[in-house]
Amino acid sequence: MSTRTFGEPIKRNEDRRLLTGQALFIDDVELPGMLHAAFLRSQVAHARILKIDISKALQRPGVVAAYVAGDLGDYWQPGPILVPPPPIAGIIFNERTQVPLAKDKVRHVGEPLVIVIAETRYIAEDALDDIDVELEQLPAVVDLEKGLSPGSVLVHEDVGSNVSAHVRQTKGNYAAAAAKADRIIKRRFWYEHGISSPIETRGVVAQWDARANQMTIWDTTQAPVFVRNGLAGMLGLNERQVRVIAPFVGGGFGPKIMMFYPEEVLLPWVSMKLNRPVKWIEDRLEHFFATTHERGQIHDAEMALTGDGRIVGIKDVFLHDGGAYDPYGLTVPINSQCTLLGPYVVPNYDSTFTQVFTNLPIVTPYRGAGRQHGVFVMERLLDFAANELNIDRAEIRRRNLIPPDAFPYTNEIIYQDFEVLEYDSGNYEPVLDMALDAIGYNAFKDEQAAARLQGRHLGIGVACYVEGTGIGPYEGAKVQVQSNGKVSVATGIGTQGQGHFTVFAQIAADQLGVAVTDVDVVTGDTDQFYWGAGTFASRGAVVAGNAVNEASKVVRKKALKLASDLFECSEDDLVIEDGKVSIVGIPEKFVKLGDLANQANPMRGAVQPGTEPGLESTQYFGPKMGATANGVHAMIVEMDPRTFDLKILKYVVVHDCGTVINPMILAGQIHGGVAQGIGNAFYEKLVFDDQGQLLNASLADYLLPTALEVPRMELAHTVTKSPLNPMGIKGAGEAGAIPGGPLFAQAIEDALDLKGRGVELLEIPLSPSRLFELTRNAQR
Amino acid sequence: MDTDHHEITVSVNGVRYQRRVESRLLLSDFLRHDLALAGTHVGCEHGVCGACTILLDGEPVRSCLMLAVQAKNHEISTVEGLTNKDGEYHPLQQAMHDHHGLQCGYCTPGILMTMTAFLNENGSPSEDEVREALSGNLCRCTGYQNIVDAVMSAAERMRG
Repeated sequence: MSTRTFGEPIKRNEDRRLLTGQALFIDDVELPGMLHAAFLRSQVAHARILKIDISKALQRPGVVAAYVAGDLGDYWQPGPILVPPPPIAGIIFNERTQVPLAKDKVRHVGEPLVIVIAETRYIAEDALDDIDVELEQLPAVVDLEKGLSPGSVLVHEDVGSNVSAHVRQTKGNYAAAAAKADRIIKRRFWYEHGISSPIETRGVVAQWDARANQMTIWDTTQAPVFVRNGLAGMLGLNERQVRVIAPFVGGGFGPKIMMFYPEEVLLPWVSMKLNRPVKWIEDRLEHFFATTHERGQIHDAEMALTGDGRIVGIKDVFLHDGGAYDPYGLTVPINSQCTLLGPYVVPNYDSTFTQVFTNLPIVTPYRGAGRQHGVFVMERLLDFAANELNIDRAEIRRRNLIPPDAFPYTNEIIYQDFEVLEYDSGNYEPVLDMALDAIGYNAFKDEQAAARLQGRHLGIGVACYVEGTGIGPYEGAKVQVQSNGKVSVATGIGTQGQGHFTVFAQIAADQLGVAVTDVDVVTGDTDQFYWGAGTFASRGAVVAGNAVNEASKVVRKKALKLASDLFECSEDDLVIEDGKVSIVGIPEKFVKLGDLANQANPMRGAVQPGTEPGLESTQYFGPKMGATANGVHAMIVEMDPRTFDLKILKYVVVHDCGTVINPMILAGQIHGGVAQGIGNAFYEKLVFDDQGQLLNASLADYLLPTALEVPRMELAHTVTKSPLNPMGIKGAGEAGAIPGGPLFAQAIEDALDLKGRGVELLEIPLSPSRLFELTRNAQR
Repeated sequence: MDTDHHEITVSVNGVRYQRRVESRLLLSDFLRHDLALAGTHVGCEHGVCGACTILLDGEPVRSCLMLAVQAKNHEISTVEGLTNKDGEYHPLQQAMHDHHGLQCGYCTPGILMTMTAFLNENGSPSEDEVREALSGNLCRCTGYQNIVDAVMSAAERMRG
């Protein structure tokens, strides 16, 4: 094999198109005769629909059609449940999924009421003003606890309460363990995660071709195969008649997978009805409530410990804001429930959650997907325990880490992939040590004291986490040598910037002895690859990557077999490199891969029975369960004690995601995750009033971190291979975003000596104004 | 709404275009949909994210906050015009590729236009100056670090 590219910082194949403005994003799709859609959305969170009059809109020149729920006939159906509830004894789950257009009631701001189709987007948006809507506004369910109180107004009257789901999972016997514990630490925590806010919003283009009997849908989705299957069923078409293309997608981070958004359901139907292509591009205002959020949980948690700081058990009861509908099942709160346990030995665990229907936009996973919430609770409990037991914050973590000889380590409860939560492999203590070294933990006390003498307020934080990644069910890949010698790789997942065009190319290139630049990767086109699940749960590289590896291995074998027949030699005497197969030691005796591919597709003559044409293979990979990555973040901040302005002086990430395919791309994933974690911890907050109105639905008011807020990050890695896949890799997409909350809370408390002032930071997001409120309240 | 139309001539990347446009047509929509120069991206349509940044007579502006008619008789540069005649990268494009300064690539055109203008003004920027200049462009994927490195490296390369 020529130079291995696996593990090297190979530059990306996809960059050229992106850097020169030639990559196709959804709004770049232009089709002859294309119409444009705009949606009239509810401006109130909860109301009965009394009247919708679209007649005036239809008279506007350039308007082609407008539809309300009643116009959809049988096509009007609640969306499918995307992730059914896991098999947990005693689980309650009330399935209420979103509808294409609201019929009798609206349940959140932004829920669509009318779709208008016009010759231009400008006219379609003008026509929204022509529509006359009468709504009878109802009180909104916004507060989780009030929503569960008797007599609360109901989001779904037929459920009889606002309980979307109720789940209890246990390990061991918490009550018995707590009774014997030396110390119980008990707190109430509020953790909110925001909106993923990719720089590209969502969009859909649908083109029904009546002559070809074919539907083509361009969609900013992370899961094109599922969108195809679902829409084919709804439209009464065979899957083969529907092609879904996820083109270049400008960031996703989770919410672009919530398939069967109303717009995805409606555009193809309109295109069939009008026999013209239709485009809809979400604007930024719509994105704030028409795309899913993650949002908040309230935890009442307690940790039981021995006097020397060893955890004997944790009990947690929490409420999870599910939004107005629950199509994504319980993925987010299950992740919170499971990931809370972290890298620690927790012998006894008793965790109960209630998912609450609210009159707020739908909640689905956003990078981290509920893991942040759990990690915040665990890490903060450890901090308070360390305080009370007078143990160093890093030391209490070290004492509780799962030892390296305990893997695979079972936590007994059920994870989001419906399997028992089991960590496949890990070696946690070196990761903690490396992070403490890199941040200068031991020297920090002196540094802090010296700075304080100069009137500067420095603080340090250290937080640990695990991340379940690379879950099943499966992905597939088709690897094909073209007659020009280049290699084509197709897989069913979507891609939103993760570098799949390069890492999958590296895997195939190494197996087939070609240059990475000679491997052309296609993702997210259902006509190029038929099967798959999608890009989520940090699984693309793990699951699809292993499928590419398996398929490449088969193609390699085929090439060697064909060449050995040609040269009448043993396969062992052949070497495959530089795009050709040659005889070891006789480099002039070679055949190009492209020529082998051609010869494997003969025009005349007979072939051996069982012969498959071409140099290609399609293989699938499905792991038994998810691979568990882990890491430690450490940070030093400087706080202004009066304005609560925060400056990150140093940020360290030490991370173990098994074998690394491309360290440059991995670092990019971590950087981006950390930036989102910083946003979540200190800048981004969705502010709703008690009527369910989002008060800061613009990028001027909802603060995404800029280059001034995100610091330079220092990264280091350890490698503990996963035994669950042949390449030993674990996912890395979400890790950077996970521990930001506890890190900020800890470092800020430390910098401002909040313990001494009787203030504990029990919530995320924080902000200068919130810190001002908390400290002022404490003074009173 | 009353609509009125105007004949405009604009130069984009050295090519003159004459078009009849509605007065309310955004410059971003004009470039993307009328001229099919879709490399300029639209992220927020309210002037915050910077994805739609183009150069108007050499100065970075948000094309979503301008009307096409306001660009009449002006010189516009977009991402499509950054490579040289042989298709070779501008030093900043090359540096962005070398430093992995882009992931999904959606914000990239705006960043390239903002920062090429910045580098023309400040050939030897400090990291703080680069961060300040970059702070009007939102990127959700990269955490900015590799973009900052790319800009510093491009500056060095351009100084020769």
